[in-house]
Amino acid sequence: MSTENPYLKMEGLTKTFGKVIANNNVNLQVNKGEVHALLGENGAGKSTLMNMLSGIYTPDSGSIFIGGNNVKFSSPKDAIDAGIGMIHQHFKLVDVFTAKENIILGQKQGGFFTNNKKMGQGIRELSQKYQLDIDPDKKVYDMSVGEKQTLEIFKVLYRGANILILDEPTAVLTPQETTKLFKIIKRMTEQDCAVIFISHKMSEVMEIADRITVLRKGQTIATLDKDKTNPKELTDLMVGKSVDLSIKRIETPKEEIALEVKNLSVLNEEKVQVLKGLNFNIRSGEILGVAGIAGSGQKELCESIAGLYPVHEGEIIFKGENLVGKKPAEIIAKGVTMSFVPEDRLGMGLVASMNIVDNLILKQYQAQKGFLINRKPAIAKAKEIVKRFDIQTPGIYHPIRDLSGGNIQKVLLGRELDSNPELLITAYPVRGLDINTCHKIYDLLNEEKKKGVAILFIAEDLDVLIELCDRIMVIWDGRVSGILDAEKATREEIGLLMVGEKSDKTEGAYAI
Amino acid sequence: MLYRIEKRSDISKEKSIGIRALAILLALITSGAFIFLLKLNPIDVYLSMLDGAFGSPYRIRETIITAIPLLITSLGLAIAFKMQFWNIGGEGQILMGAFFASFIALNYPDIPKPILLTLMMIAGILGGGLWALIPAFFKAQWGTNETIVTLMLNYIALKWITFLQYGPWRDPDALGFPKVPNFSPNAILPKVFGVHIGWIIALILVVLVYIFMKHSKKGYEIAVLGESENTARYAGINIKKTILVSIFLSGSIAGLAGMIQASAVSKTLAVSVSGGMGFTAIITTWLAALNPIFILVSSILFAALIRSGSFIQTAFGIPSAAASIIQAMILFFFLGSHFFIKYRITRKTSAKIAQGGE
Repeated sequence: MSTENPYLKMEGLTKTFGKVIANNNVNLQVNKGEVHALLGENGAGKSTLMNMLSGIYTPDSGSIFIGGNNVKFSSPKDAIDAGIGMIHQHFKLVDVFTAKENIILGQKQGGFFTNNKKMGQGIRELSQKYQLDIDPDKKVYDMSVGEKQTLEIFKVLYRGANILILDEPTAVLTPQETTKLFKIIKRMTEQDCAVIFISHKMSEVMEIADRITVLRKGQTIATLDKDKTNPKELTDLMVGKSVDLSIKRIETPKEEIALEVKNLSVLNEEKVQVLKGLNFNIRSGEILGVAGIAGSGQKELCESIAGLYPVHEGEIIFKGENLVGKKPAEIIAKGVTMSFVPEDRLGMGLVASMNIVDNLILKQYQAQKGFLINRKPAIAKAKEIVKRFDIQTPGIYHPIRDLSGGNIQKVLLGRELDSNPELLITAYPVRGLDINTCHKIYDLLNEEKKKGVAILFIAEDLDVLIELCDRIMVIWDGRVSGILDAEKATREEIGLLMVGEKSDKTEGAYAI
Repeated sequence: MLYRIEKRSDISKEKSIGIRALAILLALITSGAFIFLLKLNPIDVYLSMLDGAFGSPYRIRETIITAIPLLITSLGLAIAFKMQFWNIGGEGQILMGAFFASFIALNYPDIPKPILLTLMMIAGILGGGLWALIPAFFKAQWGTNETIVTLMLNYIALKWITFLQYGPWRDPDALGFPKVPNFSPNAILPKVFGVHIGWIIALILVVLVYIFMKHSKKGYEIAVLGESENTARYAGINIKKTILVSIFLSGSIAGLAGMIQASAVSKTLAVSVSGGMGFTAIITTWLAALNPIFILVSSILFAALIRSGSFIQTAFGIPSAAASIIQAMILFFFLGSHFFIKYRITRKTSAKIAQGGE
């Protein structure tokens, strides 16, 4: 592949936000027909760079060339016209519209009315060209995550994009859906599209990318051919120093069962059963991992144990006591702590406009006596947590909204671990964190495990689950589709269970 | 684009005061042009505005009397706004507070003054609080839109008082004039330093609301709930109870303002006791960014603006609409300055070198 005449060339791009330099003299060249991976930790400037490319931000200085022409985008529309299509991590689709309606949304072509026949034809042609499987009349709310993503890709292709940016596209997919996505990407490059692939997951980058550019602290560190590098080198480049990538599973003696969930089922607001009779247990000093496609009931499971979701049927026995029907405050007082890191990282558990001190108070002020709040213990705690978790903040009285995502998460986790829980429920604690911090958090979980805490760990990365947990429970469609011994589990096996295929290696009693 | 808008990361106190001062200066220049059109000397008009608000002990007292209901109602609204409950029913809550207090004052005119006034205050607090509880209950129970409900309840309260004035409570001795009988002397708030005691009540409330919002558990819960209902649920906060309690408080403070106005200013029940204060208080509350101490300042300044506006009407014989335009202009510029405190406009330049980030 020649790099003499790259299709897309970004030269000396710089972007600052106030005093923060997000991108400093970044260079990137992408050829037609290649998958170019963009690798970097959180805050390395990947999103800023891509937002400039898609016209959301305008660069302070530097130039973008497409096919040799210097282009200047003042709005996303300019970028779309230039053939750049961005597929965001969070889908930008209208739920109640059909696939077709979503595709034409915002299109200028044609008159006031839409020409259904012509459009249907256009969609069919395009779906044949790229072999994208799409039902134009299906409503978005009826689609699976994979289908929605295909639709997103289709949408930008329909608008004539030939440079596609995929921002962490696999975060919400099962291994099987990921394989499918990679096939689509391959087909796009065969049609001479250029694909920019942003990901944290090294294994995927190594699988799909042709070339890899590493960003660190807003600067381009290196662009490498995939064939001439390895994960270890890439990680070291990303982090800027040599890192150890292994996760330890520490051995603890078998203790008694701390939490036993029996036949748990819950209904959502529409009276649809979202948990359908879950059975599992966790011992003290054990990490039970939970794998499953996003939206299989993870959130409901966490919330029902924490007393935030009404339980329809079943029991949640914690240390011999049924938690069902107890108020959240009572459950917190019993030593159960739940931290759920949602996609926006702030939705539940933290108050964005408040400072670290006030966020720490959230879980303990109710235990205080009297009418007024005593902030002194929390101030000391805040200082301690900032130091222990190495939280980057201008001060403990600074609104957490201004901190970076990783630091916000550390505040949340710091508070939860600090309460000395006996049962720790943590969902997606490393969502979007850089490698170093991820490993710090795995170490912290191991530390809690050593102390005899029972841990329910919900995560996206199957490799991490396999390496860190004692057992892995796979849920699918509100059911337990299997509980595996993590030491013997494989990605493929978990992947099959995630879509509801039975496995013969599961613990018999808990299989469906 | 040669210029762009960017968010300020922080701003020094001096600078933010400077921007505000500049805004007021610009407002004065702009309205100066307008006054010039009326063939008047702007400087004269401005000086007499100052004179009208603070020029004599009497005028200062008048300004303070105007500020009192504004300040008290604003404090009440601040509690609701902190929870992102858009209580624009201040008018109604003031009126219902006044109504409850008047009920006591008119039915038991002869009980000893301290007891009567205390009872009236309690009644006023209950009146405003219960009136506010209606939208709070609907919101907590069925998630109705409080903006609509509080606004509509204003008109119901207003018409109810009008009905009383023309109907059952009409004073037979008023020579056919539709008014409610005057309160007995026992039902009138005493004066301290020439201004009715409402100013002391208002100052005490500033301190109480400040402590409540910044240091109490309930105040903290209100702030959490205002930001995110999910987080509030997660922390084990009883959401319905918090809505009911805080909106009762919000309304009861407005109701107390109604009692004070009825007792000390109109000395009877009339539709004029609220005088649009329930709406004006929304402005003073937001100007002060819900901070009780700043509400004190914004209420006094706003009262001065109201007093000086009516003063120049008589002093220069200009129509009241013209005075309102000047008021509005000053307010407009002042509110606009908030944008420049939060954001700055810079020329596009090449980047400075600093640490990286997202």
